[in-house]
Amino acid sequence: MSVMTAAPRHGVYRPRRRRGFVSGFVGFVGELLITAGVLLGLFVVWQLWWTDVQAEREHAQALAALDWPEPAPAEAGGGPAVAPRHTDDPPVLEEPADETVFGKLYVPRFGPGYVEPIAQGVDKERVLDRLGIGHYPETAMPGELGNFATAGHRTTYGRPYHLVADLQEGDPLVVRTEDTWYVYKVTEWKIVTPYQVEVVSPVPGIKPGEPLPELTERFMTMTACHPMYSAAERYIVHAVFDYWAPVSEGVPAELVDAGVDLEGA
Amino acid sequence: MYGLIWRALPGPAWFRALFLLALAAAVVLVCFEWVFPWASQYVPMNDNTVEV
Repeated sequence: MSVMTAAPRHGVYRPRRRRGFVSGFVGFVGELLITAGVLLGLFVVWQLWWTDVQAEREHAQALAALDWPEPAPAEAGGGPAVAPRHTDDPPVLEEPADETVFGKLYVPRFGPGYVEPIAQGVDKERVLDRLGIGHYPETAMPGELGNFATAGHRTTYGRPYHLVADLQEGDPLVVRTEDTWYVYKVTEWKIVTPYQVEVVSPVPGIKPGEPLPELTERFMTMTACHPMYSAAERYIVHAVFDYWAPVSEGVPAELVDAGVDLEGA
Repeated sequence: MYGLIWRALPGPAWFRALFLLALAAAVVLVCFEWVFPWASQYVPMNDNTVEV
């Protein structure tokens, strides 16, 4: 009698009861770990893809909002005139307020469609992640004696300096402000630690505290992360000023010759 | 955990599946908009400035 009633009871209870606490806990931890893995994967997707999507949209908006005058057209028609070279002292803008977009950078080496906004400041969140290239505060403005020092993302957030390591000696870096073109030519590049601030000094290489010689040259500097996807070092490109030209006289030959897309230049 | 949520939800299976999909989409949105931008400051894989 007792045997007969016990048997079905076993059959009903045992499988569920035994799965109880330990395996339930292990299953719960497993699900948490899988969830954490999925979230980390999502973070990578966000960092490597979505920040680019978002920043590229913001850069395009920043450029469209500038509403600057068109360069002078060629007399023969068909595109802008080639601006003559000016080698006297160029006009220099006042340093604008933080987060103000005051310039555009054209780099034929980065492709004919390349143009990125230059904004004041190097705050990561407010300038570099959103507006594009940042200008180190209190360094020279474009065309000014000293060092026009800039920072840009090499990966993620629209990556304006993605191809910075492709630059070669003599490559033009063309900066436009509202009324003026400034053409710099690449002279050298190097890899430094994140603390070597002498690369943005008015004369590159002069460390803080060292006496500064009289300024006679106009430099431009680009800083970007190195190696890619790491913040261990910085990739530095130096350039020196070649010439300037008013926008009202046309477009620098470097851009026209390279077939750079000047739509809305 | 997910089994519990599944059992706790009312309605037919297609409704529960739809609800969970919407929930997953909401989680992704919150992560992309707020959580990841905040977390990225602790993942300095793209710092590009020089400073003292």
